[in-house]
Amino acid sequence: MSILGNRVLRKEDPKFLTVGGSYVDDLPLEGAVHVVYARSTMAHARIGGVDKSEAEAAPGVLAVYTAADIDLAPIPNGAPFGNPAMTRPWLADGVVRYVGEPVAAVVAQTRAQAVDAAEMVIVDYDPLPAVVDPEAALRDETLLFPEAGTNLVMTFPDALAGIMLPAEAADQDEGIFDDCEVVVARRIVNQRVAPCPLEVRAGAASWTEGRLTQWATTQAPHGVRDTLAQSLGVDPTAVRVVSPDVGGGFGAKIGAYPEELFLAWISRALGRPTRWVETRSESMTNLGHGRAQVQDVRIGGTRDGRILAYRLDVIQDSGAYPAIGAFLPMFTRTMLTGVYDVPKVYFKARSVATNTTPTVAYRGAGRPEATAAIERAIDLFAAEIGMDPADVRRRNLVGKDRFPFTTPTGTVYDVGDYERALDLVLEAADYKSLRKEQARRRQSGDASQLGIGLSVYVEITNGLPGSEFGSVQVRPDGKVTVRTGTSPHGQGHVTSWAMLVSEQLGVAVDDIEVVHGDTDVVPRGVGTYGSRSLQTGGVAVNQAAGQVVEKARQLAADLLEASPDDVVLDKAGGRFHVAGTPAVGRTWSELAQAAGEGGLSAETDFTAPGPTFPFGAHVVVAEVDTETGRVRISRVVAVDDAGRILNPLLAEGQIHGGIAQGVAQALMEEVVYDEDGNPVTSNLADYEFVSAAELPAFETIHMETPTPLNELGAKGIGESGTIGSTPAVQNAVVDALAHLGVRHVPMPATPERVWRAIAESRAGGNS
Amino acid sequence: MIPAAFEYARAGSVDEAISLLSEHGEDAKVLAGGHSLLPLMKLRLATPSALIDVGRLQELSYVRDAGDRIAIGALTRHRDLQVSDELARSAPIVSHVAGLVGDPQVRHRGTIGGSVAHGDPASDLPAVVLALDGELVIRGPAGERVVPASEFFHGFLETAIGPDELLVEIRLRKTQGGWSYQKFNRRAQDWATVGVAVARTDGTPAVALVNMGATPLRAAAVESALAAGASPAEAAESAAEGADPSSDIQASAEFRRHLARVLVRRGLEEAGV
Repeated sequence: MSILGNRVLRKEDPKFLTVGGSYVDDLPLEGAVHVVYARSTMAHARIGGVDKSEAEAAPGVLAVYTAADIDLAPIPNGAPFGNPAMTRPWLADGVVRYVGEPVAAVVAQTRAQAVDAAEMVIVDYDPLPAVVDPEAALRDETLLFPEAGTNLVMTFPDALAGIMLPAEAADQDEGIFDDCEVVVARRIVNQRVAPCPLEVRAGAASWTEGRLTQWATTQAPHGVRDTLAQSLGVDPTAVRVVSPDVGGGFGAKIGAYPEELFLAWISRALGRPTRWVETRSESMTNLGHGRAQVQDVRIGGTRDGRILAYRLDVIQDSGAYPAIGAFLPMFTRTMLTGVYDVPKVYFKARSVATNTTPTVAYRGAGRPEATAAIERAIDLFAAEIGMDPADVRRRNLVGKDRFPFTTPTGTVYDVGDYERALDLVLEAADYKSLRKEQARRRQSGDASQLGIGLSVYVEITNGLPGSEFGSVQVRPDGKVTVRTGTSPHGQGHVTSWAMLVSEQLGVAVDDIEVVHGDTDVVPRGVGTYGSRSLQTGGVAVNQAAGQVVEKARQLAADLLEASPDDVVLDKAGGRFHVAGTPAVGRTWSELAQAAGEGGLSAETDFTAPGPTFPFGAHVVVAEVDTETGRVRISRVVAVDDAGRILNPLLAEGQIHGGIAQGVAQALMEEVVYDEDGNPVTSNLADYEFVSAAELPAFETIHMETPTPLNELGAKGIGESGTIGSTPAVQNAVVDALAHLGVRHVPMPATPERVWRAIAESRAGGNS
Repeated sequence: MIPAAFEYARAGSVDEAISLLSEHGEDAKVLAGGHSLLPLMKLRLATPSALIDVGRLQELSYVRDAGDRIAIGALTRHRDLQVSDELARSAPIVSHVAGLVGDPQVRHRGTIGGSVAHGDPASDLPAVVLALDGELVIRGPAGERVVPASEFFHGFLETAIGPDELLVEIRLRKTQGGWSYQKFNRRAQDWATVGVAVARTDGTPAVALVNMGATPLRAAAVESALAAGASPAEAAESAAEGADPSSDIQASAEFRRHLARVLVRRGLEEAGV
């Protein structure tokens, strides 16, 4: 019987549940000194001067560095093809551009000494007007980078036409709505949120004989290694990056941040190991933020529900120093039309710098924004023509016989059956009964009204080209070492890669060790993001395992003096023998010993032929208190089809976490700045980070449509829950109030916003 | 999240605590459960010169029947209030509200005295103390004095407790009949955006408000409307009268006023007024 598809318990958990994980800040590091950053208290200001004399004289302080002390080239614009004049200094150089930006690095014997001394760094600020609103930033009245001449980072698709997109991708707009009987338009804000991994950023650096070891809490250790080497001007072989346990990333830990990289420079300058860990408050203003799109949607079609045209204009807030967040409208465009067959489309996006924390990839990274826009647009369209939103969706879905399907923006979907996902979720939710209960509540005028929200989504996983490394080695003791270039931080690769190898070798999962997160031990790797790991790194490990089995079969045949074709692997016993004569055979241990130095091993770099497109459908039931505006989610019913499922336990964990973060965006979370650019949500008391108490038990419905693009049939599952749930929740809130004339409630749908939407609607306004 | 340097002294008795307070001057703070003070210190929003730790004064942890009142030691933890048989009999609203404070960790460390002495208008228990005509027993170098709750809360995080004094006991009136506590917050562990306590101590309903001004407040206009024969719905209309709520990330002042009206009505209805 195959182990694949079973709810195998996580190999990782006994440690986490007993002695606990080992994170960067837990590492013993002999003789390490502590780094604390003095940070900007202004959103935008010229630095008149920095007086570090008092800090330098404080107890235990070894050094205080400012921009003037650094000999490193500025960090290039982090958005590919973004305005090259928008570079980032290692420490604020002459001007600060967001609250929290590091201005000085204080190094002391103890962390407490460094914290105290950082308070003594006196910065003379000459305030400049702060640009907080991205739409205002586009007016270029105040420039973040005067040398760039504009706050515009890049425009889509123009900036990528002829590079990542066909030259003709600079789409034309005119007249796409000409044939429409009904056109609905609305501005939708996909608000800025904070990724909030439980483990905040941390790092440590140590040089030994000209070689750097850097400990990093990252999703991509090899990328950090290369960035370090490039920044410091050393060869990548002179850098070892170690990622011990990583307590969450959600996309915000893909790259390395200046504060981490600078530890290596300080360590080299002082000849001492350095370490740094940020506080939660620092993390809330310096770990990159996600989303932050202002969207203008326009959708049009016929009165009987056929959608004919769709247009999306995006303003992407990139924050102060453009990073990957500024590039994410690329993926919003990729997934523009979602699961629908829309004949005519137009997309335009502008990324713009503001005096706020830089934006980065966050669970979904550009695709949730696309889904939120079109799923809201569909509901607006359905409300306008008075049709059930489920029927409008069904009417416009891409049919299951049309794959591979090429969208108007050129995206090629691998495989899907969207109508079946919709059918399954409506049936599981008992949609008809819900609508009846809703009608009853409306009739009775109950203060608590019922909302039913839908979303049908498709998303892209493994969306960026790249290979992944995997190796399998059978050791002389018959146990197995797997090395992977993926970098799990909660996903459970140690369990799932062991399952793949166990399936092929017949070695128990407990006897398979999975090694990751050390660039000296794993020679190559890309990392874990974009829901890519199983379909790249998992496949690589699977293929390496297959090659090891073939090598072993060959070796066993030699030893048994038989033809390899006649030698079979008895997986239950973990040994090879000639078919029909099981009494004489060779175990894995015997074969590994016979293979000599290094045992039996194989390694692979797997490059997928293309991205895969998981899809699904969510129904959310919301109870909305029309007197207080309070929303309670009573049900989340979710169909998430990620192709073949390797371990349902792990997949459900991803779906659950994803839904929780998706619901949180719809109802709870928002990073808020005041008009001067001061963050007002920089701790977890003020930032409404969701907890289990606000969420119902999730109802997850099984559906598997294997992808033809890899031998496992697997797509990614890490981001689906987030992508599907957010618009379903928002649609549910609006739906609960539809009979009161409410057409839209902005995210997060806080009690006050819901209350205001009702009040405005009752006052005759158009909410 | 490292506090500024401070001195620390653990008091072995109430008398020692008071003499330590006198000794360390007005920049010293009393440490009980620490769940309000320590976060402020870690953010360096509070930088006391010294902490006088009273957390081990077991003599101040009790709930006693004191005739027409219930006497609660200032060091009684929220969890102990939550499971107190005495409170279940004579003032169940106190147990209920103690069970709504923060999360289990907070409730096992935080104390009623700490919560009341901190003087945060967003805290739950101070409003209950106000509704139950609490008497606050304060001990200092000159001896003990009793301050009625109506005179205890002076302003945002300001109370009648002097720098060399310690809150030692809270005396509450027993309740009769129905009561209600309406806590409106976005997350289970959050402070109340607005809260309403309704209880009857002598037949007439007392109504107190959480987070509707710089201190916990009695909804005097509601109480007098009820005394004049108004229905709960009518009386609730004046719930925000005299209140001066702030606008913050959770809610605007306008929304808080609205919530107060809705929650007072619901509270009165639930209490059977």
